[in-house]
Amino acid sequence: MNTIADFIPPILVAQGIFWLLVLIALSGAVMAVVPAKIVHNVLGLAQSMFGVAGIYLYLGSQFVSMMQLLIYVGAICVTYIFAIMLSPPMELGGEKPTLFKLILALIASVVTFIALVQMLLGAQWAPLAAPGRDWTIKTLGQVLLTRYFLVFELISLLLVVAIIGAIMITNLGVSRERK
Amino acid sequence: MESLLTYLILGALLFCIGMFGLLQHNSLIGMLIATELILNGAGLNAMAFNFFLSSDATTGQAFTLFIMGIAAAEAAIALSIMIAVFRRFHDIRVDSISQLKG
Repeated sequence: MNTIADFIPPILVAQGIFWLLVLIALSGAVMAVVPAKIVHNVLGLAQSMFGVAGIYLYLGSQFVSMMQLLIYVGAICVTYIFAIMLSPPMELGGEKPTLFKLILALIASVVTFIALVQMLLGAQWAPLAAPGRDWTIKTLGQVLLTRYFLVFELISLLLVVAIIGAIMITNLGVSRERK
Repeated sequence: MESLLTYLILGALLFCIGMFGLLQHNSLIGMLIATELILNGAGLNAMAFNFFLSSDATTGQAFTLFIMGIAAAEAAIALSIMIAVFRRFHDIRVDSISQLKG
């Protein structure tokens, strides 16, 4: 009996999906920066984050992949959409940058990219004898609450301070406006 | 798909696209979106090094989670600053907010 795996080898499917995810991530990234309309930018950012979440699956971590979807697509993009929708005139930023600025930015980023790739090609990474393969969420949770406990608590504190600060700053704007 | 270099170049591409957006965009929100792309390039690099070169598989995952937490805090603060700036100047184009310029 023939199965699909006889015609299309699974490794080929895996590779195809990987490059599809790369395409999704990169086209989303381009869409996140090039159009002048901000809502399009946010949608492009969501698409790009979706692609990167898929790539995290290939890097062996389902947990981080799900967190990427939850935090970036679910929280950050929605926060942007809220901020845009709640203050209608913010969408007015939809004018094209000048050609001069565009060319300068393009040159700067292309030069940075070439320098980075040169550096990556020149580097020698020492391969490990036995790479760690303990990917369970249980281990991750234990490490977060033992070795990285201080960082973990600091991130929580940072989030609380950031959210209280956000409320304070927004209220500051209101009281100035009323004067 | 099997080599570290693929992921590193992908991270570098995300970083550079984000940098391009940060430099060319006219509105503050567009610049902030580009910053998220830059942070994502960093997270991708951390995960790639974790998968290929680390002897402890949890380190890179923990760092990527911390990067996500910081990105969330940064988005909250920056968006509220933007709303405050908009209330004060009635404009979020970066060229028109130049009161601090001497």
